[in-house]
Amino acid sequence: MSEFVLEMTDVSKSFPGVKALDHAQLRLRPGKVHALMGENGAGKSTLMKCMFGIYKMDEGTILVDGKPVTIHDPMEALRMGIAMVHQELQPIPARTVGENIFLGRYPMKKVLGFIPVVDHKKMYADTAELLQKVRMTFDPKQKVGELSVSQMQSVEIAKAVSANCRVLILDEPTSSLTANEVEALFRIIEDLKAENVAIVYISHKMDEILRISDEVTIMRDGHYIGTWEASELTTDKIITQMVGREMTNLYPHRENTPGEVVFEVEDFTSINPRSFRHVSFSLRRGEILGVGGLVGAQRTELMEGLFGIRSHTTGVIRYMGRELRISRPKDAIDQGIAMLTEDRRGSGIMGVLSVADNISVASLSKYLDFGIAINTRKVEELVQDNVEKMNIRTPSSRTQIKSLSGGNQQKVLVGRWLANNPEVLILDEPTRGIDVGAKYEIYCIIADLAKQGKSIIMISSEMSELIGMSDRIMVMCDGRVTGFVEGDEATQENIMAYATQFE
Amino acid sequence: MQTISKENEKGRTPFMRRALKFVSGNPIVFLLLIAAIIVGALKDNFFSWANLSNLVSNTAVRFLIALGVSGCLITKGTDLSAGRQVGFAAVVAGILCQRGDYTGRLWKWAPEMSIWLVLLITIALGLVWGLINGLIVTKLHVPPFIATLGTQTIIYGISLVISDAQPIGGFQKIYTTLINGRVGNVRSFHLPYLLFVALVFGLLFYFIYNYTRHGKYMYAIGGNETAAEVSGVNTTTTLMRIYATAGVMYAIAGYLLAAKSGGASTSMGQGYELEAIAGCTIGGVSTTGGIGTVPGILVGVLVFELLKIILQFLGVNPYYNYVVQGLVIVLAVSLDIRKYIAKK
Repeated sequence: MSEFVLEMTDVSKSFPGVKALDHAQLRLRPGKVHALMGENGAGKSTLMKCMFGIYKMDEGTILVDGKPVTIHDPMEALRMGIAMVHQELQPIPARTVGENIFLGRYPMKKVLGFIPVVDHKKMYADTAELLQKVRMTFDPKQKVGELSVSQMQSVEIAKAVSANCRVLILDEPTSSLTANEVEALFRIIEDLKAENVAIVYISHKMDEILRISDEVTIMRDGHYIGTWEASELTTDKIITQMVGREMTNLYPHRENTPGEVVFEVEDFTSINPRSFRHVSFSLRRGEILGVGGLVGAQRTELMEGLFGIRSHTTGVIRYMGRELRISRPKDAIDQGIAMLTEDRRGSGIMGVLSVADNISVASLSKYLDFGIAINTRKVEELVQDNVEKMNIRTPSSRTQIKSLSGGNQQKVLVGRWLANNPEVLILDEPTRGIDVGAKYEIYCIIADLAKQGKSIIMISSEMSELIGMSDRIMVMCDGRVTGFVEGDEATQENIMAYATQFE
Repeated sequence: MQTISKENEKGRTPFMRRALKFVSGNPIVFLLLIAAIIVGALKDNFFSWANLSNLVSNTAVRFLIALGVSGCLITKGTDLSAGRQVGFAAVVAGILCQRGDYTGRLWKWAPEMSIWLVLLITIALGLVWGLINGLIVTKLHVPPFIATLGTQTIIYGISLVISDAQPIGGFQKIYTTLINGRVGNVRSFHLPYLLFVALVFGLLFYFIYNYTRHGKYMYAIGGNETAAEVSGVNTTTTLMRIYATAGVMYAIAGYLLAAKSGGASTSMGQGYELEAIAGCTIGGVSTTGGIGTVPGILVGVLVFELLKIILQFLGVNPYYNYVVQGLVIVLAVSLDIRKYIAKK
């Protein structure tokens, strides 16, 4: 019997034009949490997809209990006891919890001795039992679409547990969870460890990794860098290995000096009574205003309200003393406001379109000849200009944006907005899901914009980013602004104090 | 790693490699070309001006319809009313173009009209249908599939009402001779006027799709509607324009088709929406939105028409034509989709 429940060795996988995995390896011990780390594009997800049978690897071996196996598809992986909770959850919202968990392997019974039908009674009884196992108390017959994100995730984990899995892959499981929900998830993980399940934990959050994992494997550019005991590691060590160089500064030195007030919001209230209400704040020229708060504090909703994506009932928005009427994004854009949305794939990139199309879509009116024909040379200049200024790594301006890494996609989107030369930029989680190196580049871009006199509002759920980048931090809780903290006085503690001021 | 590759690298690709790439990228087109060459070698009249002219005229009308529906497809919608709109336009144009002294004249009260005025009226009515489709899709938020499923039935019903389900003939001479006109000698080299109509619209659409804001917005909506809206694209206006343009294209196609056939009936254009959608899809318009080019659409439609003529020349029982055409649609799209699957 091997000491490893699963081993992957010398795994290579190429996609057209890029070697995603180059002799990667991973060894999992039963009952241990194994963190898999690396920048975006390092090959973590590709490696997992090879393990789970979604991708076919070009070369390499997988050993389960020391015996070589080939995994052709996810069903086969499941049969071998490998389960995966995807980064983007894929439940069927209109069906019940039980139906989602037992999808594809419904318990059957025979009516009249020969007609096979789904045994709903057994299914829901089993579901109730499973939910108890993952410490959840909701009704097995509830529709999945009515659950919160964390509850949906528990359903996915319950599904994995029900398959009697021995290897569980968690891909960025906490990216949309609140602190309490993260704690609940960690308790489930401890339970699973006690049952000898090997857990692969993929995350960008250092504190979580250091807390929950037993071993850490780091990858870079598709290569295996090494595996360490988690107790030997620190955040700095991990980052150094991930980036391949010393990261002395997490945040750039900022040279912006906030000037006079240019943008004001007064008594801004959502049409939805449970969303933002009575919000007032002001923004100065060249200022970076951080917006902090827990998930669910309605920060995104507030900003989308200001930008005209969501409706508001009362409230005044003023720019340079002039009152703005904003009822749709176009109005805000025309007034010199830009907004980088939180959900890059959902409301940011147009995946199948080229980098050039993506970067120019919000400013096409500027490149017209005779008021009608788009001058492609001007668009190309815009692309080249952004590629150079922001160091966007793309094979060409005609490349589909979906094939770029998250960080480069984000830079293209920043370029899209800058093309309109806005005065106020709203950045909603600008570095979410972006690797460490690209994060720093985005920070530099933000700092530079502020130095040029642009006013910036930056929502962030990463405390250190909020503190490291903001001149001032506005903290929200449950739809209200609960306080402001000056950047140089900000600490995790005083921000958290405001962020948890529930009524 | 360094940023943008140089444009001129494209020109350096050896001709053979490009040819091979084309074949592997468009297997159906390649297979049909081979089939055409074989049929041409076996049958005397296949490579003749008459046959070419026939292929060109058929393709021209279908191409206009396909151009119309392409905008709907690129924005993840569809237009099932295309065929019935073509039929409606053919019926209206046919009725209005009947000779003043024709005894079977349907609307005896109406004066004999200039065929150009009739064209304008037909286009205006097509525009109305298109706007109605656009309104249902954008304002009532009915999915395009269902919206146009409904309107196609309505349009067919109205065609029946205004024509009393009678076949329409007795056109003014100029109507049929002009539309069926050609450049050159009938027996040797000649090109039908319809070819030029198709060319003009092909170029116009190529320009719109690649060089105007409307075109870019169309692709943006197909690529990600939410993102387009957040970027300041007026999605409602853009979609309205797309469905309205489609209506105009069907109207023009119907007007031409009635003249081309020398008569009109309510059953005209039936099933053309499916042919147009099939042509677009074979030509690489993606059903998941955001992808599709005018040259691709032309090739798709041409392939379909070429296939019909090949079958005709081989003497295949016409009933089997449908079977073969259906198989080609499935085959073409499955081969096309393989390109994306292979990337996994």
